[in-house]
Amino acid sequence: MNKTKLILIGNGMVGHQFLASLAESGAADRFDVTVFCEEPRLAYDRVQLSAYFSGKTAEDLAMGQPAQYAEWGYNVRLNEKVVSIDRENQTVTSDSGVELAYDQIIMATGSFPFVPPVPGHDREHCLVYRTIEDLEAITASAAKGRSGVVVGGGLLGLEAAKALRDLGLETHVVEFAPRLMAVQLDDAGGKVLRDKIEDLGVRVHTGKNTQQIVDGENAVHRMEFADGEVLETDVILFSAGIRPRDELARSCGLEVGERGGIVIDNDCLTSDKNIFAIGECALWNGRIFGLVAPGYNMAKVAVAKLLGEDKQFLGADMSTKLKLMGVDVASIGDAHGHTPGARNYTYLDEACGVYKKIVVNESGSTLLGAILVGDAEDYGTLLQYALNGIELPEFPDSLILPQRGGDGKPAGLGVAALPEAAQICSCHDVSKGDICQAIDNGATNLGDVKSCTKAATGCGGCAALLTNLVNHELESRGVEVNRNLCEHFDYTRQELYHLVRVDQIKSFDELLHKHGQGKGCEICKPTAASILASCWNEFVLKKPHVGLQDTNDTFLANMQKDGTYSVVPRVAGGEITPDKLIVLGQVAKQFNLYTKVTGGQRIDLFGARLEQLPEIWRILVDAGFETGHAYGKSLRTVKSCVGSTWCRYGVDDSVGLAIEVENRYKGLRSPHKIKFAVSGCTRECAEAQSKDVGIIATENGWNLYLCGNGGMKPRHADLFATDLDKATLIKYIDRFLMFYVKTADRLQRTSVWMDNLEGGLDYLRQVIIEDSLGLGAELEEQMQQVIGTYECEWKKTIEDPEALKRFRPFVNSEETDSNVVFVMERDQIRPATAEEKAANTPAVPVKMMAS
Amino acid sequence: MTTDTHLISLCSKDDLVPNSGVCALVNGRQVALFYLPEDEQVYAIDNHDPFGQANVLSRGIVGSIADVPVVASPLYKQRFSLVDGQCFEDEAVKLATWQVELKDDVLLIDPTPR
Ligand code: SRM
Ligand SMILES: Cc1cc2nc3c(=O)[nH]c(=O)nc-3n(C[C@H](O)[C@H](O)[C@H](O)COP(=O)(O)OP(=O)(O)OC[C@H]3O[C@@H](n4cnc5c(N)ncnc54)[C@H](O)[C@@H]3O)c2cc1C
Ligand code: SF4
Ligand code: FES
Repeated sequence: MNKTKLILIGNGMVGHQFLASLAESGAADRFDVTVFCEEPRLAYDRVQLSAYFSGKTAEDLAMGQPAQYAEWGYNVRLNEKVVSIDRENQTVTSDSGVELAYDQIIMATGSFPFVPPVPGHDREHCLVYRTIEDLEAITASAAKGRSGVVVGGGLLGLEAAKALRDLGLETHVVEFAPRLMAVQLDDAGGKVLRDKIEDLGVRVHTGKNTQQIVDGENAVHRMEFADGEVLETDVILFSAGIRPRDELARSCGLEVGERGGIVIDNDCLTSDKNIFAIGECALWNGRIFGLVAPGYNMAKVAVAKLLGEDKQFLGADMSTKLKLMGVDVASIGDAHGHTPGARNYTYLDEACGVYKKIVVNESGSTLLGAILVGDAEDYGTLLQYALNGIELPEFPDSLILPQRGGDGKPAGLGVAALPEAAQICSCHDVSKGDICQAIDNGATNLGDVKSCTKAATGCGGCAALLTNLVNHELESRGVEVNRNLCEHFDYTRQELYHLVRVDQIKSFDELLHKHGQGKGCEICKPTAASILASCWNEFVLKKPHVGLQDTNDTFLANMQKDGTYSVVPRVAGGEITPDKLIVLGQVAKQFNLYTKVTGGQRIDLFGARLEQLPEIWRILVDAGFETGHAYGKSLRTVKSCVGSTWCRYGVDDSVGLAIEVENRYKGLRSPHKIKFAVSGCTRECAEAQSKDVGIIATENGWNLYLCGNGGMKPRHADLFATDLDKATLIKYIDRFLMFYVKTADRLQRTSVWMDNLEGGLDYLRQVIIEDSLGLGAELEEQMQQVIGTYECEWKKTIEDPEALKRFRPFVNSEETDSNVVFVMERDQIRPATAEEKAANTPAVPVKMMAS
Repeated sequence: MTTDTHLISLCSKDDLVPNSGVCALVNGRQVALFYLPEDEQVYAIDNHDPFGQANVLSRGIVGSIADVPVVASPLYKQRFSLVDGQCFEDEAVKLATWQVELKDDVLLIDPTPR
């Protein structure tokens, strides 16, 4: 059989969807597919582009994988742009001079950012925001500048503004229209959004028409506006809309729209029957769709047409929900009430910055559109009303009014009420019916449903709704959702926690016999050990707990690459007396340990042999040191800045508070490690906003930040409550930590826990501040019990001959491990490399005991 | 099991830690010993972790994979069968094991690895 020669021009998100759909159809082998990809890498997730600034790499964002494309049998021409199409002879030519014949072409060339042609728009450090290369350029420019301006206050513009702010620039948004997000929002919504964004430190200038950009006096550029005002800045980002890339189509004579875009019909065919156009470059019914979901639908239509199947593109819903700088914004359907006879209901809460509007038809029976700013929780429900023409309740405003007091349940729409045809995921056009089908065909959990329907794998906006639906459908079929910890326990960490508490279980064996099977493993044993410790706070080296711990917990020290350990005593708040400092130095010298100041404001002594640990700790404990729990999933450090005692700007005693909270929570066992910091003023020298719990002094008390993270995926902590007195602050932290300990998954930092917490920050505030679950007193009491039973594990260990037996290197010999060899570097020891050991490089002699 | 004349005594049962490991020196070689009271069994495998290149396996967590008793290395978490030393993450890696036996509270070992 002769294969159809198919050429795909453009390997963006939609081009990738086309290739994936073609492969899934099982008919890819009927085609000889060549992909021209202008960018230096295969398709990546442009929608998540901003995540690049919060730590995602190009690999994380990748959608197309070379191996996958090869397996599908596609020829990929990376870094190669098609420069002309000869429709008569049916060939395309690329910028590297290659000429290829075709039977069919798919154009998926996307769009480019529109840059208004004002004089100076092409100066250095004037950039756009569309590709990974753009982001690299922005990062480079930002590194040299202090301030940045985004031209354009639409959806993408605000996303770009967030990026600039995250890069540490003083950020401005300049918008031509009188309000932000003019397309999606009305004046009232635009104002609420503006207030919120300005609260976050971004300056918004609306109604500004840029006339020219020239050299600045105090910054790189000076922008001059029509009203005579000026703004100086170092970086300018244009985000003033997109324009379809139709240059290739134009030059080969395809029909294009008056204002751009390759004209297509319902079959996604252009004016040439051998050429399709899909995605952002395509103009359907006079419209360009600047979202990925309609593009994906076009891709599927094109595949269907190539295979001779019946499928059409009939437009798309442009409803959107997003989080812009932490502010929820959503717009549904006819948000501006253009439909004749349309009526509005609005709700405005200026104190909390919430605006909601619904647009209903004349008779009040169906929902036409909606706008939500500041709180978009109702989005899923409202969207379903609008898309499916579900009849509205008697008082439609009940859908957006807050429900307070009484037993008045929110007037939400249960997933059960949705019709089969209801679209759950718009990115991949998955209906409720499709999801039920997947479950009927054997999907037994959310992951299965996602992988076979693709739902919630696009923008992720439908994830909460999908989870609800899947759980509902599984439960209604009598299936239980599998969140098992490991092969030994058919329970989640949270369920185990409850079993331990309710059954008063005190040992792993008991737990295993009552609720598990097998012998346990390196996953469930430490989990159980941590739960037992958070519940009963028993000595971790007690016989029954010993085998449960990671080696670090067993030997109360962190194992290093050569099998030796590090020693990290607690230095609460980073405050240390000269005498204690001297003791650390003496111990390090006596045992010849490598010494380093840690990132946690304390001192780490490395290279201790197992058998040296008790002797080292005996000296440290005598000098008044306690264990630092550097090995435990527990409280690590509370960093501090010097604060009001010494610092000329400090407004409160950050060191004092840091020491107090470190001593309060030390020893608390938790799902993962916990870090705090306390800063004495808003300059934030202790970096509190990168910690699980961050505290910053204000003129009126303390601001509390929660769920920050440094590490692999940094996350700024959320401002949880402001101007607290100390008693309230401690109360909230007690409740917060205990609630986390009880509900988080194994090895889940507070940041990830928070990101998965349904209802997010608001919900956490309800639980902790408003005590909506009535748990407050219980959480405080449990914390009090942990605090009341604290003991230094090292102090106990050196007093316990049974526990000390564990620190013998060999049960039958006094020798030491001859494989541990040190050499000198920069006047201190370090582990010898394998080559050095082989070459018998002069090693440092072992010092067994304090000399 | 028949008691073999090659067996030498190594340590007492008291030196072992139930459901966990300790280490012994046998002809200069480090042997990790694991005592699983439920199976009334002691297992002996090489203490050297071939991935981490350090003598640490006796300090790993003991568990089971589908009823086979295993230890997970404390360094990089590879798991090894206590029965025959086979690594579960890498088919090509198999540790030496020793024949051991508890007799009247004394642990006996055949010093020649299997
Ligand atoms: C010693 C120290 C580095 C140093 O020389 O400064 C260190 C050393 C280790 N860190 Fe760290 N981290 C140290 C400060 C930090 C910090 C800075 C801070 O606390 O302000 C961070 C980023 C902040 C954060 O955690 O949010 C940090 C983020 C990590 C992470 C990533 C956590 C994450 O959520 O992404 C890991 C890996 C993990 O925990 O899974 C890690 C894991 C480790 C481990 C436990 C890795 C390991 O298993 O061997 C290292 C062993 C410690 C040891 O042997 O004593 N370390 N580590 C620092 C000890 C601080 C202390 O006094 O206790
Ligand atoms: C920062 C940002 C955030 C966004 N957020 C959202 C969102 O939240 N939700 C949403 O729905 N959409 C969002 N979008 C829009 C979404 O990314 C686009 O709708 C989608 O990428 C369109 O896909 P496409 O394949 O049509 O175009 P593109 O992804 O632009 O791909 C087109 C590709 O074709 C290549 N190309 C062009 N001409 C040629 C040629 N002649 N030869 C070879 N290759 C060529 C281009 O280099 C490009 O790689 C966002 C966009 C950006 C930039
Ligand atoms: S945060 Fe404030 S108090 Fe602390 S050192 Fe910095 S300026 Fe001083
Ligand atoms: S709606 Fe975007 S992933 Fe489902």
